[in-house]
Amino acid sequence: MAVDLNMNVLVVDDYKTMVRIIGNLLKQLGFKNVDDAADGGEALGKLRAGSFGLVISDWNMEPVSGLELLKQVRADDKLKAVPFILVTAESKTENVVAAKAAGVNNYIVKPFNAETLKGKLQAVLGPF
Amino acid sequence: MNASHTSAFQARLDEIKIARGDQISVNEIGDVVSSLLDTLHGDVTSGEISLYRELDDLAKYIRSAKTEIAEIHPEQIRSDFIDRATDELDAIVKGTEAATSTILDCAETLEGLTANATPEHGKAITDVVTRIYEASGFQDLTGQRVTKVVNALKHIEVELDKIVSVFGDKLRKSVSTAKMHKLNDARPDAALLNGPQVAGQGASQAEIDALLASM
Repeated sequence: MAVDLNMNVLVVDDYKTMVRIIGNLLKQLGFKNVDDAADGGEALGKLRAGSFGLVISDWNMEPVSGLELLKQVRADDKLKAVPFILVTAESKTENVVAAKAAGVNNYIVKPFNAETLKGKLQAVLGPF
Repeated sequence: MNASHTSAFQARLDEIKIARGDQISVNEIGDVVSSLLDTLHGDVTSGEISLYRELDDLAKYIRSAKTEIAEIHPEQIRSDFIDRATDELDAIVKGTEAATSTILDCAETLEGLTANATPEHGKAITDVVTRIYEASGFQDLTGQRVTKVVNALKHIEVELDKIVSVFGDKLRKSVSTAKMHKLNDARPDAALLNGPQVAGQGASQAEIDALLASM
C-alpha cells in the first residue's frame, strides 16, 4: 500500500532547530502535513486531539521524555498503532533495548543524515 | 590511664560539653583534641603514649587539612568560577541556537528558489540545502553536551557548599575579597581579557559609542 504523504506527522523535540531540520527534511521527502511539539506532554495532547499517522520523537526532554511518551502512546487504545520513531543522541545498548521493549518502530541516532531518515521511514511505513 | 588521669580527663570533657554542647563542628575537633591531651600528664603507659601520639597527629592533620582547604578558597571558586562558567555555557547554547536559526532561515530561503529554477539547478540547490540541514543538527548535540557539563558544575558547586558548611564561618572569612589570579595567563593585560560577555553584562555598541564620545 502506498504511503499517504498527506498524513499528519508529529515531530517532538525540545530543540527548535531540530524540529525545523526534521520538518524540512520530511517536506523534502514529500510529507505535506508536519506538526511539532516541544516535549512528551504537549505531544500527547496533540496526538489525543488529532489524527496522526507517524510520530518522530527525541528522547531526552522534560518534563515528559520521549520514552515515556512512547509508553503512553502504546498504552492508549486510540493511539497504540501509530508508528513511532525515536531520533536521539542516546546510543547505549540499554537505551535501544528499553525503547524496543516499549514498542518503538525504529531508532535513529543523532547526528543523522537525510538518507538515514528516509531509510528508517521506509522501513516503518513502506517504500515511497 | 590511672584514676587521677581519668578524673582530670572526665572533668575536662565535662567542661567542653558545657562550653560547646554535645556536638562540635569538624572545625573545632583539632582544638578539642589538643585540650584533652593537655589534661593528660604524669605517669602513663606506653600504650597510652602511643594513643596520645596518634591523637596529636590526628589533631595536626585536621588543622593542616583545614588550612589547605581554606587556601583553595572554595567559596570563591564557587562564586567566581563555577557561576561564571555556567553563565558562559548557557550563553554558548543560546548563541549557537540563534546562529543555527539564522542558517536555517537562509537555507529555507534558498530552497524556496528551486520553484523557479531549472530541474538541474533545483536539484543542485536541494542537495546543498539538505547538507546544511544535516550539519545544523550540531546545535542540538552541542546543547545536550553543554547541559551535561553544566550539571557536572552544579554538582561540584553543591559539594563545595558542603565543605564550606562543615568548616564554618572561619573558612568563609578566610576568603579574600580580591579577585583570584587568572590561571596560566602571564600577559600584562590578563585582567582586561574577559572574553565575550554574557548578555546584559557587557556594554552595547551604542553604550561604547556614547562612552567614547564623552571622553
